[in-house]
Amino acid sequence: MTETGIDLVKDETPATPGTPLLEVRDLQVEFHTREGVAKAVNGVSYSVEAGETLAVLGESGSGKSVTAQAIMGILDMPPGRIAGGEILFQGQDLLAMTEAQRRKIRGNKIAMIFQDALSSLNPVLSVGYQLGEMFRVHKGASRKEAKARAVELMDRVRIPAAKDRVNDYPHQFSGGMRQRIMIAMALALEPDLIIADEPTTALDVTVQAQVMDLLAELQQEYRMGLILITHDLGVVADVADRIAVMYAGRIVERGDVREIYRTPAHPYTKGLLDSIPRLDQKGSDLYAIRGLPPTLTSLPAGCSFSPRCDRAREICVTERPLPVTVLDAEGAPVPGRSSACHFWKETLHG
Amino acid sequence: MADTTREPILEVRNLVKHFPLTQGIVFRRQVGAVRAVDDISFTLYPGETLGIVGESGCGKSTVAKLLMNLERATAGEIFYKGDDISKLSGRALKAVRRNIQMVFQDPYTSLNPRMTVGDIIGEPFDIHPEAAPKGDKQARVRELLDVVGLNPEYINRYPHQFSGGQRQRIGIARGLALNPEIIICDEPVSALDVSVQAQVINLMEKLQDEFGLSYLFIAHDLSIVRHISDRVGVMYLGKMVEIGSDTAIYDHPTHPYTQALLSAVPLPDPDAREGRERIILTGDVPSPANPPSGCRFRTRCWKAQDRCAEELPLLAVPQRYADADTAVAHDSACHFAEEKPQVTHA
Repeated sequence: MTETGIDLVKDETPATPGTPLLEVRDLQVEFHTREGVAKAVNGVSYSVEAGETLAVLGESGSGKSVTAQAIMGILDMPPGRIAGGEILFQGQDLLAMTEAQRRKIRGNKIAMIFQDALSSLNPVLSVGYQLGEMFRVHKGASRKEAKARAVELMDRVRIPAAKDRVNDYPHQFSGGMRQRIMIAMALALEPDLIIADEPTTALDVTVQAQVMDLLAELQQEYRMGLILITHDLGVVADVADRIAVMYAGRIVERGDVREIYRTPAHPYTKGLLDSIPRLDQKGSDLYAIRGLPPTLTSLPAGCSFSPRCDRAREICVTERPLPVTVLDAEGAPVPGRSSACHFWKETLHG
Repeated sequence: MADTTREPILEVRNLVKHFPLTQGIVFRRQVGAVRAVDDISFTLYPGETLGIVGESGCGKSTVAKLLMNLERATAGEIFYKGDDISKLSGRALKAVRRNIQMVFQDPYTSLNPRMTVGDIIGEPFDIHPEAAPKGDKQARVRELLDVVGLNPEYINRYPHQFSGGQRQRIGIARGLALNPEIIICDEPVSALDVSVQAQVINLMEKLQDEFGLSYLFIAHDLSIVRHISDRVGVMYLGKMVEIGSDTAIYDHPTHPYTQALLSAVPLPDPDAREGRERIILTGDVPSPANPPSGCRFRTRCWKAQDRCAEELPLLAVPQRYADADTAVAHDSACHFAEEKPQVTHA
């Protein structure tokens, strides 16, 4: 990778063994609106290890993207405000850092891939310029070197005839190719963590398969941690190692992808999985979670999901369930598995 | 269930829509055409749901607009109960439109923000006074709200006071107002959250049973299309490449594009991750302004040979399955149409 002659040795800060790559602890983000304070993220904790894919699953308004923006430090403040919590990256709290320190980490160590590549790229600058900017700004590369590196990157994400296309503008590329450019930009400085916010939602299925394949391959190669934010249960099943399911600003369930798909321990997760049309349901009604997600300015006192839940009892309305470790059939705790439901046992075992 | 022995309610024959590409400001010359829909034929039977799937730019939404006569067809005919409606205009067109209604994709932009729900749902009655209920129009609107599962008390609210799923219900109520026979649904649930999609799909199925509606259901979500459709057509770059019963398309696809499309859909089952053969297509969909010669899929097809570039494959039952009595014997527009056993879909 150093054929162009610029020194790209990463300034490795060896993390203490055992600390996860990224750890979000009890994060709280509020938005001050005319209707009151909207608690978009309400005590979210999760962690990602190097080389691991964590899928954050949730519907619109669940707080999954706001959490990602807080990690990246690109949250609009105001109206947003981080009301509490810590974001530890390689053991250091990002929220305690100065803007200058964060700027060094952003792009360099944590990079983000956005949903809509067309509106995330600058339409009046060539893609080569925009890719090269990463090297000029962060590494002090010259224009010529930067361009050479941009071509290399475009080759890396398999854009055909990269050399000829480096001076093209974003509108000259197709949707799939633009998303590849976004991936190339995120990979440019070989970050340790990539946050992909709905990276394939705007793409067609055949192109989505290409892009997800590429992302998975590059992640393996560089041993990056990946936070995949999505609402697509199919994509999650395909690529994730672990899942965190979010509902109304909280994580309701978390654990290994296979275990959750096989035996969900939260009624919301179960409802989502049940609402996917299956072959044997043809001709009958689909399972549908009734009602609507709550407004974030007036969350119910107990469990946020209780008004829509088939299992809800008295206690669900009065008392907010805290995440508890899920136990398997023999009563042994399942590592990394938790559910925030008073009736997780009943949900898990049918 | 569809009754295919009956007369089709809608029949499309050799439908073509080319959008001209022009150059020059004062003297506009036509320099080419975007072949959005290029020679498509299909039929819709009473009470049936025909699903149309395909990727963006394949022309599926243009088909919807042509059926509604929102766009004029360049060539071809659309028969509604035996009469060609593609060339109608004025009063005759208005009379036909009463029976063909549409539900749009985006419930945020397809409802006028300055009209109340009552006005939106009641507007069809102003346009077609002959179909308006005698006497109390309000009562009929309330009834429609109730039918789609909304509180009739909401009649004086505005669209912004509703969530996406509720707005789509309003759009459906508007579509139902004139008691149409056909509803064309263009991606009716793709803008909705997963948990709300199922609610709307269930509602649409209930209404179909209740009112005997025929649906043309256009979507890109293959599992939802399978759930709701009796027959499915697959489009690629302005052409129908394969059409048949839902079992034919999903369990016995013979066109390579359908096979690739089905295999590309991620299955919601982590255990199926390994051991599943996926066909990853290379490249992008070519431009419909300059489609490949012969078979349009040949530039991305792993089976393509010289013949594919020279000869346009026709949509017909493949020769090798001509005598087969199973679902595999359905129309497929490929010179080398053949079932591929490994392709599975949920």
